[in-house]
Amino acid sequence: MGELKLMKGNEAVAEAAIRAGVDAYFGYPITPQSEVMEYLAAEQPHKRTGMVLLQAESEIAAINMVYGAASTGKKAMTSSSSPGISLKMEGISYLAGAELPCVVVNVVRGGPGLGTIQPSQADYFQATKGGGHGDYHMLVLAPASVQEMSDFVKLGFDLAFKYRNPVMILSDGVIGQMMEKVELFDPIPRCTEFNEEWMLTGKTADREKRVVTSLDLDSAKMEKHNLDLVAKYKKMQENEVRYEEFQVEDAEYLFVAYGCSARICQKTVKIAREMGHKVGLLRPITLYPYPSKRLNELADRLKGILSVELNSGQMIEDVKLAVNGKTKVEHYGRMGGMIHSPEQVLCAFEEFLLK
Amino acid sequence: MDVKDIIKPENLVYERTKNLTDKALSYCPGCGHGVVHRLTMEVLEELQITQDTIGVASVGCSVLAYEFMNIDMTQAPHGRATAAATGIKRCWPDKYVFTYQGDGDLAAIGTAETIHSCNRGENFTVIFINNGIYGMTGGQMAPTTLPGMKSSTTPYGREVELMGNPIKMTELVAQLPGTYYVTRQSVHTPANVRKAKKAIRIAFENQKLNKGLSFVEIVSNCNSGWKMTPVDSNIWMEENMFPFYPLGDIKVNGELVTK
Ligand SMILES: Cc1ncc(C[n+]2csc(CCOP(=O)(O)OP(=O)(O)O)c2C)c(N)n1
Ligand code: SF4
Repeated sequence: MGELKLMKGNEAVAEAAIRAGVDAYFGYPITPQSEVMEYLAAEQPHKRTGMVLLQAESEIAAINMVYGAASTGKKAMTSSSSPGISLKMEGISYLAGAELPCVVVNVVRGGPGLGTIQPSQADYFQATKGGGHGDYHMLVLAPASVQEMSDFVKLGFDLAFKYRNPVMILSDGVIGQMMEKVELFDPIPRCTEFNEEWMLTGKTADREKRVVTSLDLDSAKMEKHNLDLVAKYKKMQENEVRYEEFQVEDAEYLFVAYGCSARICQKTVKIAREMGHKVGLLRPITLYPYPSKRLNELADRLKGILSVELNSGQMIEDVKLAVNGKTKVEHYGRMGGMIHSPEQVLCAFEEFLLK
Repeated sequence: MDVKDIIKPENLVYERTKNLTDKALSYCPGCGHGVVHRLTMEVLEELQITQDTIGVASVGCSVLAYEFMNIDMTQAPHGRATAAATGIKRCWPDKYVFTYQGDGDLAAIGTAETIHSCNRGENFTVIFINNGIYGMTGGQMAPTTLPGMKSSTTPYGREVELMGNPIKMTELVAQLPGTYYVTRQSVHTPANVRKAKKAIRIAFENQKLNKGLSFVEIVSNCNSGWKMTPVDSNIWMEENMFPFYPLGDIKVNGELVTK
């Protein structure tokens, strides 16, 4: 059993970064995730592991510091919340294009614009469909507990390096701010070997120079690069889909929800079952790649699906694509920092699926 | 006498540095970029630090610098080279890190990154090519374009009342406590080439001292963007650019040079 602690989600991210052997964190304050950098500053990670911590002048600078560090094979990460993540999008596109690993945490707040500092899941499109320019995907992990805020930092870096691709931890203001018990994993030492052929370490006489770039002015070569990326995303779809099911075995109706909405839906499932409705919950853990196959299988025997998200209906598009018309799919979600209660989800279920 | 009799090690007077690739430069004939590439690469070879150097290319005509520089390099988004360099240097304090940026990259879109990297005293080298114009995108106005100077977006000349003033980035960063060495050079004559090389060498040597950022501006020509022959562009540069962007050291060993 690892060390047990009562922590905020944001603090768990920070502690996990130190324990995961992260080399550098670059950030810029924004509510509701400022605790990540504050916790790191208090912990003095340079003393614990030699980890670099730097408050950048903007989110743009922070993501490009990540880009530089990642070019050399270092484990680099940043975190922010929605408006700041928008600023990072150009950098993320470059990281994806140059095939660099990194972890970006988005503790989502309501938008658009400056929006609100209250929780939201309105950045689903941005996280899963691109957000930045060009044909690319991040691998997107959606934690639903403080435990997963910690675990996914480690998992995120494993996946980021496995695929040489940016990984986003798409959290929200609820998971970032709430306190829960968390079992911390044992610290992993920082890596000191940088031998992979893409890592910039300084050209020695016995090898060719190494270049990290997302640019190719030769269209044929650029298309080949695009195709290689597509092949990589396909591999992610084959190997990295993660989801959790709750009372799905005999379910006639299904909630699909991630992050804090999944926690709320779990309660609704219990209430609905007490009322005699056979309802289950599928919680996608990876939002990209999406558990489409599993949803498609389940759709054969479902009378209806409710996509529950703190937004105006974003993930529902992936649910609909997955079930491909096999069953009815509806959306329910509050916005602007308002959070649906289990009872409100139940009402929506009754109204949209039972009637 | 046969050619073979002449090609002997003892007769060698000049050799291209191994730090440049065989690739033909993509720069317009007469452009200063190629010379600055060569000087930078020669300095790394002479200091024997190639194996410990990581370069950051920016966005501009020199975006493909990594094709010509035979060293490990990354390519940063437009304006963000010093942020990327910060990420590298903070993780690898023992490496030599440099950025190679144009005036659009460094003094317009990347102003915040430039100022803050300088102000934090990041311990790397910035090579800043100031040609008063956006070369790569076809000769538009840059933040450094002189008053009255023509460009494709100031076809009647830069009107300061409408388009603002040119910015002297080098004087500006010299005021910041984090810069250790700030100088302005050119590469349009053999004498200036030698001076510029010396400056670049100091800027790399300084990284060993860990005392802050070394900033080398090269006032350069963009004969294509200025729509001049290379020779005319050099004369125009002497007559128009140098009075506004005077050559010489601005800050040495962390102290402003009083003139
Ligand atoms: C975000 C972004 N905006 C605009 C551009 C287009 N762009 C490419 S190079 C350039 C200007 C480069 O000028 P400068 O830095 O002066 O370098 P030069 O080409 O003169 O050497 C611009 C605006 C871009 N690549 N990315
Ligand atoms: S456009 Fe100007 S800066 Fe670019 S290569 Fe040609 S002369 Fe040089």
